[in-house]
Amino acid sequence: MNKEELIALLKENVIQGRKTRNDEGIDEDLTGPGVLELTQTALDANISPKEIISDGLTAGMEIVGEKFNTKEYFVPDMLASAEAVSDAMDILKPLLEKSDLSKKGLFAIATVKGDIHDIGKNIVSILLKGAGYEVVDLGIDVPTDDVVEYVRTKKPDYLGLSALLTTTMLVMGDVVEALKAAGLRDSVKVLVGGAAVSEEFSQKIGADAYCLDGFDAVRVLDGYQS
Amino acid sequence: MDILTDPGLICFNEEAAGIFSDNGADVQPIIALAPPGWKVRIPARLVNSALESAPKTVTLGARNPDNALFMDGDEPRVYFISGSECNIWLEPSFEKFVSKQDSTREIRVPSFHTRRGTVNDLCNSARVFEQLDTVDGIIRNVNIQDDDITADNKDVNKYFACLNNSTKHVMAGLTKGDQLDNVINMAEIIAGGETALRKNPIISFITCLVKSPLQFVDDTTATYLKIARRGMPVVVSSSPQAGTTAPPSEAGILAQINAEVLAGITLGQLVNPGTPVLYGTVPVRARMDTLGDSYGAVETSQYNVDCSQLARYYHLPNYSTAGVSDAKIPSHQSAVERIFSDILVTLSGPQYLHCAFGLLDCNSTFSLLQAVIDDAHFRMLRWFLQQPEITDEDIEKATGHIRAVSETPQKLYIKYVRKLLRSGGISPLYPFEGADMADDAFCLAHQRTEELLTQPVNHIDNEVTDRLYNEIPGLLHRLKGYKGEI
Repeated sequence: MNKEELIALLKENVIQGRKTRNDEGIDEDLTGPGVLELTQTALDANISPKEIISDGLTAGMEIVGEKFNTKEYFVPDMLASAEAVSDAMDILKPLLEKSDLSKKGLFAIATVKGDIHDIGKNIVSILLKGAGYEVVDLGIDVPTDDVVEYVRTKKPDYLGLSALLTTTMLVMGDVVEALKAAGLRDSVKVLVGGAAVSEEFSQKIGADAYCLDGFDAVRVLDGYQS
Repeated sequence: MDILTDPGLICFNEEAAGIFSDNGADVQPIIALAPPGWKVRIPARLVNSALESAPKTVTLGARNPDNALFMDGDEPRVYFISGSECNIWLEPSFEKFVSKQDSTREIRVPSFHTRRGTVNDLCNSARVFEQLDTVDGIIRNVNIQDDDITADNKDVNKYFACLNNSTKHVMAGLTKGDQLDNVINMAEIIAGGETALRKNPIISFITCLVKSPLQFVDDTTATYLKIARRGMPVVVSSSPQAGTTAPPSEAGILAQINAEVLAGITLGQLVNPGTPVLYGTVPVRARMDTLGDSYGAVETSQYNVDCSQLARYYHLPNYSTAGVSDAKIPSHQSAVERIFSDILVTLSGPQYLHCAFGLLDCNSTFSLLQAVIDDAHFRMLRWFLQQPEITDEDIEKATGHIRAVSETPQKLYIKYVRKLLRSGGISPLYPFEGADMADDAFCLAHQRTEELLTQPVNHIDNEVTDRLYNEIPGLLHRLKGYKGEI
């Protein structure tokens, strides 16, 4: 398999959402190595991380996005592809730091103290990672002090706060206030989301943005890029 | 059973009275009646004998044999059928309304206009029914009232309009009993001969020979006797109205409708044992404001559930009723009433659920738009009716997924959904869901209806059609070349 064929196969596996050789895509005839194995094979063949990302992973995700927009693909398809790309990026990450590729930024996300719901948070993580962001998941029921400490020490570009409950969403405001008190508010963009949260609430607590869902989070962050 | 002897039935058909008398029923002329009638008291042994000879399984064939309907009185497998015969056709039009407060806000809202049904409406209905996946068979839904439709040519044209535009089973009632031979001859030509029609009865008949309460009607009874002698599948239907033509109590209307249907079935089996028959029940409650039929009343659904259990008691396939609304137009009321009865009656397990598509205004108005919306609802209902299948392999696979996902950071099963999505294992989204906050169901259903009307039609082939026009009197020539031929 030459370089072009290998990248094309990688792209197709992204489109099919096959992370590993054990995964089923949409086309049952497509078997063999998945995105992770092909990414490693490409590196072994001395294909640059830049080409692997731009011609394989990103090109594949663009097709996935088009298929999602035309309703050929559903959210599970988008997530399968994004998760595959996300894990492939983990393989490429050590090499990216040595290259001249600019990172899209570090995004930290947490379900706030008192709330253990994490489906939305996990989906946001997968989609943002698949979109090229470095994502750190701080977990669920995360104390406000721990969030502030993370921002102080790791200096993320973006902080995502998630809550499902009308009671726990108020903690998001506590986090914003704690960041202000620590003199860190201007160092990070704060994004909020979750079933109980709204644009109005986001403005009220002084967050930078409200994200309706994972796709909206990608749009908002990509907006900051430009 | 007691009702069949006390008070018995009044019979206005002399031949039927004679048949009952010849077979041992107590038949006495009623001197005071005009037209002449007879009091018929049917002994239980005649009814029991009829219940033994009536087939427990009935097949209704179709031009496309894949569309044939197989009914077993002991098996609650439900077919969804159109009908009944509406005088009024409801035509929608969509106007755009702009908000006075915000001129950028626009909505499209349907207006509905009524007119008399035509044979072209019936053709269009059959074409759409052919395309709708959940329509299992056709009962002619429109009373054709064109100027060139007469009492003599109405029956052949209503059957032909349906048969020429759909490959599904076609059932109707006859306007004139003397047209039976023409209609059956037409069906034999289409099916490929007398034997072929017997094996694949592409048409069948509805008869309401017993008018509530407990009266054999002269002309329909005569028609029924002819149908039974020809051995064609036939529905013996009764439509009592609780509060007017039947007792207002649940027990009362059930006892009466059962007596009326059993009396009809008994007569048919006496003239031709083995005649394929459906236990036909259209019980309704009276509206207290008009004394018209209230199909949207909760009691109407309850009566139909009861009747399907009665039919099962006799091991006979049940022709049942659900999905009709009292509302005059597609609306919130029509959705609530029809879905309530659709779900309730379907789950009682009648074999042949008619009136299920597009009927409004207490069964007097038909809306093609509503029929297309109903199809979406029956898709949901049919999904629910699927028999659950859980195999050892499924259990092993599911537990494997549980173990695998518990080891992942995201704890999501999403990737296992994808194959099900493509294999039809996930129920689809509601097809007429509006974008964002808009309620576009009617607009989207109308678009779908228009699309369906542009689909090619699998007409009866030209050679057979020519033969029909040569041999069957009264067929309208404008139906022969109906648009959309392939």
